[in-house]
Amino acid sequence: MRTAVIVFPGVNCEHDVVEVVRSLGGDADLVWHRETDLSDFDGVILPGGFAHGDALRTGAIARFSPAMAEVTRMAARGAPVLGICNGWQVLCETGLIPGAHIPNRDLSFICRFVDVEVVDTASILTRNAEVGQRLRIPLNSYEGNWVDPSGEGRVVLRYVDDPNGSQDRAAAVSDAGGNVVGVMPHPERASDPLLGSGDGLVLIESFLHSLIPA
Amino acid sequence: MKVTVTIDRRPEIADPEGTTVRRALHDLGFTEASEVRMDRVIHMHVDGHDADEIRARVEEMCRQLLANPVLEDFHIEVSA
Repeated sequence: MRTAVIVFPGVNCEHDVVEVVRSLGGDADLVWHRETDLSDFDGVILPGGFAHGDALRTGAIARFSPAMAEVTRMAARGAPVLGICNGWQVLCETGLIPGAHIPNRDLSFICRFVDVEVVDTASILTRNAEVGQRLRIPLNSYEGNWVDPSGEGRVVLRYVDDPNGSQDRAAAVSDAGGNVVGVMPHPERASDPLLGSGDGLVLIESFLHSLIPA
Repeated sequence: MKVTVTIDRRPEIADPEGTTVRRALHDLGFTEASEVRMDRVIHMHVDGHDADEIRARVEEMCRQLLANPVLEDFHIEVSA
C-alpha cells in the first residue's frame, strides 16, 4: 500500500508527512505535482505549506496541477485523500470538500498547540479514534477560518476553544463519503512525545488503515 | 483592450481584514467610515477588438480561476 505525498512548489511539510507514515510502517513517496499517473498509489496526502506561494488565493493555482486530476479520480473511486492545512485549502478549491478558507478572525498567524475533539469517526482521518476523544495538535495557519455557506461539509474534528473563527469550530471536515478529509492542524507534527505530543498518530493511523488497493 | 476585474467577497461572508481596517480608521477619528471591504482588482490586457467577446472570455476566466464561487462575486469593465 503506497501513499503519494504531492509536492507543489512552495509546500514545506512533505518530508514530515513521509517520515510519520514510514514510522508507522507505511509506504509513502514524494510525487511532483506535474505527475499525471498515480495508478501505483492507494491514497494521497496533500501536505501543508504555501503551494504556488498562495498566489491569487490559497490553493487556487494548485487545483489545476496535473496531479490533481488524478487525485480527483482517486477520490471518486473511494481512495483516501487527506489535505493538511494548505492541502485542505487545495481540496476546497478543487471542489472535493465543500467551502473555502478566509483569514483567521483576529488576523493573526496562529502557531501553537490547540485541543481538538473527535466528533465523527466515519472518516479516513478519525476511524481509529473515539467520539469525544481530545487530541493536542499544532495549528500553523493564517487562513484557517473555514466558511461553508452550503452547509454540506461534515465536521469530524472540532476545536475545543475557537482559535480562528472557523464555522462550527471545524478543525477537520470530510466530504459526504468520508474518504476525502481536510484538516487544519498538523497531525504529522504531533507524532512523538519528544515533539510535545503524539496525539496526531491516531489520525495518520486512521488514514493508513483506510488505504484500499488501487 | 484593457480589462479591469473587481473581485469582491459576498456581503454575507466575513471580511476580517475589512473589519480591522475599519477599526483602525475609527481609532484615527474617521468614525464616518463603515462597511469597509477589502476587494481585489485585477488589471489585464486582452487581445481582440470585440468588447462583448472579450467580456465573455473574461467571465469564463473568473468562473474557472479568478474568483472563488463559494465566497466571491466579480465585475468586469472593458475599455479601449
